[in-house]
Amino acid sequence: MSAPTQHTSAQDKAAGDAAVENNQAPSTPSGGLPDLLYSEAESELRSAVRSLLRERCGWPEVLARTETSEPYDTALWQALAADLGCAGLLIPESHGGAGASYREAAVVAEEAGRAVAPVPYLGSAVVATAAALAAGDTGLLTGLAAGTVTAALTVPFASKPSGGGLPATVRVAAPRPGDPAGQARLTGTVTGVADALPASVLLVPADGVPAGLYAVDASESGVTRTPVVSLDATRQLCDLALDGVPARPVVSGPDAERATAAALTAGAAMLAAEQLGLADRCLEMTVSYLKERYQFARPVGSFQALKHRLADLWVAISQARAAARYAAACLATDDADAPVAVALAKAACGDAAALAAQECVQLHGGIGFTWEHPAHLYLKRAKSTSIAFGTPDWHRASLAGLARLPGPGAR
Amino acid sequence: MLTDTGLPGPVSAEGLRQRVGEFLAGHDPAAMPRLEFLRARFDGGLAAVHYPPGLGGLGLPRALQGVVDAEFAAAGAPTNSPERIGIGLGMAAPTILAFGSDEQKARWLRPLWTGEEVWCQLFSEPGAGSDLAGLATRAVRDGGDGASQSPAGQDGASQSPAGQDGTGQATAARGGAEQAGAARGGADRWVVNGQKVWTSMAHEARWGLLVARTDPDVPKHAGLTYFACDMTDPGVEVRPLRQLTGEAEFNEVFLTGAVIPDRDRIGAVGEGWRVAQGTLMNERVSIGGTAVPREGGMIGPAAATWREHAELRTPGLHDRMLRLWADAEVARLASERLRQQLAAGHPGPEGSAAKLVFARLNQEITSFEVELAGAGGLRYEDWTMRRPGSVSFYGRDAGYRYLRARGNSIEGGTSEILRNIIAERVLGLPTEPRADTRVPWKDLPR
Repeated sequence: MSAPTQHTSAQDKAAGDAAVENNQAPSTPSGGLPDLLYSEAESELRSAVRSLLRERCGWPEVLARTETSEPYDTALWQALAADLGCAGLLIPESHGGAGASYREAAVVAEEAGRAVAPVPYLGSAVVATAAALAAGDTGLLTGLAAGTVTAALTVPFASKPSGGGLPATVRVAAPRPGDPAGQARLTGTVTGVADALPASVLLVPADGVPAGLYAVDASESGVTRTPVVSLDATRQLCDLALDGVPARPVVSGPDAERATAAALTAGAAMLAAEQLGLADRCLEMTVSYLKERYQFARPVGSFQALKHRLADLWVAISQARAAARYAAACLATDDADAPVAVALAKAACGDAAALAAQECVQLHGGIGFTWEHPAHLYLKRAKSTSIAFGTPDWHRASLAGLARLPGPGAR
Repeated sequence: MLTDTGLPGPVSAEGLRQRVGEFLAGHDPAAMPRLEFLRARFDGGLAAVHYPPGLGGLGLPRALQGVVDAEFAAAGAPTNSPERIGIGLGMAAPTILAFGSDEQKARWLRPLWTGEEVWCQLFSEPGAGSDLAGLATRAVRDGGDGASQSPAGQDGASQSPAGQDGTGQATAARGGAEQAGAARGGADRWVVNGQKVWTSMAHEARWGLLVARTDPDVPKHAGLTYFACDMTDPGVEVRPLRQLTGEAEFNEVFLTGAVIPDRDRIGAVGEGWRVAQGTLMNERVSIGGTAVPREGGMIGPAAATWREHAELRTPGLHDRMLRLWADAEVARLASERLRQQLAAGHPGPEGSAAKLVFARLNQEITSFEVELAGAGGLRYEDWTMRRPGSVSFYGRDAGYRYLRARGNSIEGGTSEILRNIIAERVLGLPTEPRADTRVPWKDLPR
């Protein structure tokens, strides 16, 4: 993976400690906790992704694209996925991937969040890839790693990583005469799917015989993807309808449930990282605006009422960063504490991102309420992502079981 | 290579273990008096490895201290009771090491570390809390030429010891004390008048880290000087200060013609603010940077009560329990991340955040605990005035924790001041227009 390092402008330094912090921590941090910093390699990856996104994904372009018929930037996705190799971060080198881990994948998600990038990184390189990894679908993994395949797991974006069975609204239909052996056909609908519009392969959880995960070629004639007018127009959802579409069985039974659960858990953790990047960017924009904006003959950033709000926001982001790093580190090593870590991260980062985006609008005053200012892109992404893959409240509620804090009436 | 440490080869955990082993072979902790053992450990460079060679340490990274402590603990060696000398270890030692003279280091560090001499901190005053640099305690140099530089009798103004007019004018009563002090402190000495407050351990301390005003005619930050004040001086009076828990962890300290020899000045005259900033930085780090296991903090007792008493649970309390548990666990991760940054040699600004979060969490958790206790929350363990040697939230009832936690957002820098610090030093936001930084201190309204 090439990693340009010419990336040293003052603005980037202000972009948060994440960008400038090099990990020289001991390899075995005390307290039984993993390394929560960013390694040098991770920081180099960040620089490379940020350079690309700064060049190709300025907010005016992102905003303009939301009102076109092409909500996803497929050329940018190609550059990120194939040229920088971000599509294959989680995929072993034996299948053409980078053999990296969720730690690196999280760094890319942070940068995607910072730029509200209209690319299917989360849906394809994280969620669908995690499902394919768990299912052991080497053919699909090879295509994903090469960037020739973009995939989506067809679950509603608001699905929760609860691990309780397949979230299947699609059924396995009867085969038709002449269908090759081993091919299935699927019928049904899924609403509100993220990153399925630009996907070439759909990974569909389906009920029936056998219940499992199926791969569908998105260009088949029975596949209908209807764009949804989405709260976050930079990640346009679609409603999916399948009408007797030919499908390849990938994995079935409990293995399919495990693969889907793993994908949703990974999605929640990487979404938390995306929220962290988004929050960081909102804080940065707001701080620089408050230094420039004069009212009452002084920069409004000198008023204590506003300074304290930004200090609180910075604290919330610092806390969220630790949680996001811990979740990524736990997934990277398949740590038994991963469910707790992901719940903490998605709760902390979801709240921090929504707070950051809301403060960004409020503290920009009138200009922050306009269409011509990027604040609303962040606000919509923040709110959408905090609903996706489990709300902060849902994740905290999951701790009742995970941390043995039962509710009233329970033992 | 650090050859002056006498360590075999490169400095490693193994090398340190070996060194401790050799030390223990010559100093059996079971056979030696505690103090003798601690002094020998200091002289052997194994007190605090990051102290300089010859001054209790080996000039090694602080991260290696854990190795040494673990070896001594495994050998059943006595400790220096760090909980009793927290201000000495956490604030005085770093300040002396950073700003003290060689003579001062040699004189103070050893009894500080062994616990023979307890230190306290004489910073806050009734009139100078958040605005520490506005403090009014006066130190006047008395070069031995008598009354010309002493404030005594200059105008004869009467003033109670608790007076906060900050001029440091002597009272008639104190004139006597000061004359008695004329023989103390040698030829070059300072005479100090004023009042300090919120002083933990002052009643047991031998030394106090004192910031006093030495020049009222310059702007407030420029006119301060830093001293070590001998708490046994007859001009030092310590009175317990009872707080809302009923206890007196803290003291008020009245300085009435207290004498400080010039050799106990730390840093140059007029440099007191810079030295004090160094001390306060250590205070915040020591409060915020401690690593604990999951549920090792204040959330532990709350979660334990929650699990044991199903009858106390309500849906509203459940939501709060889960939120507090999540916040506490995230704060623990953030503290660990800060610790890793320090260990990697990149101290991040998150230290200020840790203290803010710790204060808020402690307050919310203890407030939750008192409510969870229901009728039990209406009781309080004991209002008897006591002077605890160290402060612990544990082993006390929820009511005590609730009350004591109110102080967490006030002591060691209020949460409001910490927000200012974060906004200005981390985020680079402009300061508020200020009326107090360019005017001579004596002309400021107070």
